[in-house]
Formats: sequence, C-alpha cells, structure tokens
Amino acid sequence: MNVTLFVTCLVDLFHVNVGKATVELLERLGCTIHFPEGQTCCGQPAYNSGYVKEAKEAMKHMIRTFEHAEYIVTPSGSCATMFKEYPHIFQGDGEWEERAQRLADKTYELTQFIVDVLKVEDVGARLEGKATYHTSCHMTRLLGVKDAPFTLLQHVKGLEVVPLPNAHNCCGFGGTFSVKMGPISEQMVDEKIQCIEQVEADYLIGADCGCLMNIGGRIERKGKPIRVMHIAEVLNCR
Amino acid sequence: MALKINMGEFHERVEKGIHNTFMRGAVAGAQERLRTRRLEAAEELGNWEEWRALGEEIRQHTLENLDYYLMQLSENVKKRGGHVFFAQTAEEANDYICRVVASKQAKKIVKSKSMVTEEIHMNAALEKLGCEVIETDLGEYILQVDDHDPPSHIVAPALHKNKEQIRDVFKEKLAYTKTEKPEELALHARHMLRHEYMTADVGITGCNFAIAESGSITLVTNEGNADLVTALPKTQITVMGMERIVPTFEEMEVLVSLLTRSAVGQKLTSYITVLTGPREEGEVDGPEEFHLVIVDNGRSDILGTEFQSVLQCIRCAACVNVCPVYRHIGGHSYGSIYSGPIGAVLSPLLGGYDDYKELPYASTLCAACTEACPVKIPLHELLLKHRQTIVEREGKAPISEKLAMKAFGLGAASSLLYKLGSKIAPTAVNPFTTNDRISKGPGPLKAWTDIREFPAPEKERFRDWLKQRGNE
Repeated sequence: MNVTLFVTCLVDLFHVNVGKATVELLERLGCTIHFPEGQTCCGQPAYNSGYVKEAKEAMKHMIRTFEHAEYIVTPSGSCATMFKEYPHIFQGDGEWEERAQRLADKTYELTQFIVDVLKVEDVGARLEGKATYHTSCHMTRLLGVKDAPFTLLQHVKGLEVVPLPNAHNCCGFGGTFSVKMGPISEQMVDEKIQCIEQVEADYLIGADCGCLMNIGGRIERKGKPIRVMHIAEVLNCR
Repeated sequence: MALKINMGEFHERVEKGIHNTFMRGAVAGAQERLRTRRLEAAEELGNWEEWRALGEEIRQHTLENLDYYLMQLSENVKKRGGHVFFAQTAEEANDYICRVVASKQAKKIVKSKSMVTEEIHMNAALEKLGCEVIETDLGEYILQVDDHDPPSHIVAPALHKNKEQIRDVFKEKLAYTKTEKPEELALHARHMLRHEYMTADVGITGCNFAIAESGSITLVTNEGNADLVTALPKTQITVMGMERIVPTFEEMEVLVSLLTRSAVGQKLTSYITVLTGPREEGEVDGPEEFHLVIVDNGRSDILGTEFQSVLQCIRCAACVNVCPVYRHIGGHSYGSIYSGPIGAVLSPLLGGYDDYKELPYASTLCAACTEACPVKIPLHELLLKHRQTIVEREGKAPISEKLAMKAFGLGAASSLLYKLGSKIAPTAVNPFTTNDRISKGPGPLKAWTDIREFPAPEKERFRDWLKQRGNE
C-alpha cells in the first residue's frame, strides 16, 4: 500500500526517532513510504493564535504538496485534526474548499490507519514494563480516534497498560497557551504528572508530540523516573 | 455586582487563584462529581447525542426567529394582565425596575438567583433607592452576607467557600451560634429568610425559559425559594436576557431535560415552576402585579454575527465543570460574573476586549467544553474567533507575536524557507544547548523553559535521515 507520510514539523526537527519508528513500522506492515520534500507545517500554530491569513498560506502549500497522495498518514492526532479542519476553514472558497476536502478525506492518524485501514491490531511489538496512555484532546475529541491506540497497545507483548486517572483533562500544552499562560499550564501539567505517578507507570505513551514535549519536558525538569514515548516508538519495539 | 468583577489584572487574579489551595480542591472535587453525575444522567436518558442535536435545533430556530417569538411572548404576557418592558441597556432596565419599585413605595425586596440582574448591577440601583434587596438562593445569600463576595460559578456561586468559612461569616454577620454542619447552616439561613419572604414588598426573579405561546416564565430550582419569591410579595418582577425564550411548552420540556442533567446530573430539579401573569380570580397565591423586563444589553449586537451561537447557552455550566483551566484558576480569575469557557466567550462580547482580551487565550482549545455543551455551542471555535478578531480587527496582538506569525506564515508556506530555517535552527540555538537540551531559552523560548526542558533541534532532521536511506 502506498502511504504518503506527513511527518509533522515537530518530528522533522525535534523528534526524529518518532519519524524513524513510523517509517519502519509502516514498512514492516507492508507499506511503501512516500515523503513529499515540500512538506512544512499544517499551520496550526498560526491558526490557533488567530492568524488565519498566515495559516491559510501554509495550508494551501500543504494541500498542493499532498495533492497526489493516496493515503496521508501522520504520527500526530492534532496535526491530522488540522488537515481534517481545512475544508471548514476554506468553506465558501470554491476551488480550495474542494481541494481541502480531498486532502481531508485521505488523511489518517497513524494508529487509526493501522487499525481501520490496514486492519492490523497486533503489530508484533514487545516492550517490558508498565505504561499509561495520555489521550490527547484533539485526537480524542475532534478527530474521534479513541480506541485504536488502546487496541494496538493491548497487543504489545510484555506491556501492562493501566488507565490514567482523570485522563480527560488536558495536559496544559495547547500550543502557544503553554508559553502565553505559563503559570496555568504549569499547574495543568503538574496534575497530569501526579496522575501518571499515581499509577506508578514506567512509561507515559502518547500519540502527539506536542503533548509529549510538554509532559516530557516537565518530567525532565522535575527529574522524575518516567520514560516518555510516542506510540510509534512503542509499536516499533521488537 | 456588574458583569465586571474588579479584582486586579488578569495575571494577578490567576496568580491568586492558583495559590488558593482550598478553592482548587473544592473546584476539582466539584468538577469530578458533577462530570460523573452528568455522564450518568445522560447515559440513563439514552440517545444523548440526539437530545443535544434537538436542543441545538430548538435554540438555533428560536434565535433565527427571535423577533417573532419576543413579540408573541410580549403579547401573551399582556393578555394575561402582565406588563412587559424591553430594555436596550442595563440602565434602561434598572430605571424601569426602580420606577416600579418606587411606585409601590417598596422597602424590602426578595430575590431569587438571576445572572442577568447581576450583569446589569440591579441590586446597587435598588439599594441606591433606599431598598433592602435580599438574595434568597443559599449560595447567593452566603455571598451577599459576606460583604458581596462575587460569584465564582454560574450555577454554584459560592463554590469557592468551604463550610467552615460559611460558619464564620454567619457567626460574624448573622449571630449564628452552631457548627459548620451544612444542615445547621442551611436551617439558619432558612429561618432568617422565611421572615423576609413574608414581609417583602416586591419579589424579583430571573428566568430560565420564557414560553412565547403562553406568556409564561419557567424557573428551575432546587431550594424552593423562587416559589416563595413569586408567591408571597404583591409585586413580581422577572428579568430575562432577551434570548432566554422558547416557542412552546414542548421545547421547554426538552431544554429543561437537558439543563437539569447537564447542570447537576438530575433528571429533574426539586422545583420546576411555570408562572403565567399575575394572580387571577380564584387563585390562592401569586402577585397582584407582574412585570417582565426583557434585557438586551449587547445581545442583539451578537445576533447575526459569527458569535451568534453563544446565545444558544442555557446557563447549565457543564462547560465550566469540565474546563481544565477553570479547574486551576477558579471563577474569580475571569474577572466577570460569567466564568469558565462560556464566560471567556461571552464576557468580551458583552463587556468589550479592553477588559477581557486575555480570556480567549485562557484555553488550550482542548474542546472539553464543546463536547459537554448540551446545546452544541462550538465554544472552543468561538474562542478561536475571538483570537482572530483580536489579531485582525482589534489589532491588539503584541508586535513580537505578529512578527513571529508573519515569519511562520512565510516559512510554512515555502518549502525552501522551511528547509533553510530548519537546517540552521540547531546552530542558532547552539549557545543555549547542553546535552541536546535547552534549559534556559532565549526570547519566546524563555516562557517554555521557565517550566520545562526544551529539546534542541536535531542535527540530522528526519528528512535528512530518510534521504540517506533512499526513500523519496
């Protein structure tokens, strides 16, 4: 199956291992990976800050870049959600609305793609230890991908997955919120870490590098012995 | 209390909220209880998403035809012997209410909870006239007794206070001598209030839903005080926001079902009272005179704009009860009687951006509010629209942010610039990097690294790795 990877800017620049794991995992599942070099960012930082004009330029660029893809797969619930929002953002803008719709229709978050399109639930991964999973807000509430990550994690050999208390509460990232509203963000991420500690997890797993950068960055600052992993990395462990 | 609560600058209020350990514990506990109860009540009712869709449709239809239904309501109230006054501003509403009160030579007024009377600052206007205004909802009563402490939640206004604090307030102000047991506290308030109902000249209430087809008003309460406020005094004044109306009893029933479940997880509240006009011949109680004050106060300016859906709100506070930001900062941080996500959307519309420009940013856009709203107001999208308005129309965004976003726009729309920028990024931040980590970031990174570590950009980007590997 031909998969066009939208790796996201965060992975391209800061979390290269997540990108590598995504490629290796999908290839193992029989996919051929294509990577349009022109890809940049989905436009979310500008869009969520109210800079719609600037965001739309980025979005048009991404629509053009991914025009010929069969399936677009991305290791981020939030960036997938942004692609899905494009038709709404270009509503009434005839040609672009149509092109945005075509882009949205073929966009999948990584775990969603594996479970719903590839119809695979056990990717043959192995990781020893106890983990808890952070359900990121955009992926769960806006994209509606709730079960796929759990389905895949359940089949990881050696891994015990325990529910995260108050999982529905945001981790406090929220893009520019994390810097604009630092003191509030700090309280939110601290509560999230307390919940992770409460279940004594060795690993905190997530499917969004934004949330993971926030939670992971705070965990590191506080020197907590919790390892933060993207779900692609977990599923690529053998 | 007016819309605005004067408690310092936004960031000071937040700081104060964050350090109020008691309040945060109370809010977190209440959020968890109310969220669970709401979900259980929705589950028990079944087909919750269909109910929400119906609620949304009713509210949208009513707002689209608001002029028609307001006219119908007004005619029907008059037919039943009531008086109707349309107030465009808070001042007009207060003037009218004061005129009615003065004409009755009223001295004592009992009041049942109403957010809109808080919004228009009605109590102050009546007190200026020399009247005593007594709040009769337990929560509001506590706040009033405690030197007019502002409400911190639209359904549970005294959520930020614990029973020991309430006991102390009662001891100091009401000669209370018993313990902090809620039953004893409530009983004392009840004794104090009972006498007031009997001797009040005017009763003032808010209105959950006015029913256009019959000219009735609906009050949804748990304490029964609204019934006393409307049954005993000779004159009743009901104040409603102009959007709080339904076409018929049928729609009222749907919205009440959504309201009680969303607000407190109850199938029904203890009292759901529908009142139509003044007392008629043969009726045993009710006021001799009934006045309905319909308040605009900025609402009609929202109609027909991209923010219209905020007027769908039925004031259940489900969005407040799931908001992770409200959870940590509490209601007073919003600086408005309307707090939480609905407050963050509504306050800038009613009170302007000068006082409330921070509120649209006090959200991670996590959409918990949108998911909880029983009438499907896209709250997080409206917060985004506020941000857009602040940037594009109000021009209130900081210059550094504008420049950064401009640069982002250029970089993300051009593969060449993006590639160049991402290539030089590791070198650019190299002076700040130790062990692939940035602990004390420059410029915009500082706010991040004040709290967390920031990963240094990797020397080999993902795209470089992929290229070397031979993928295209």
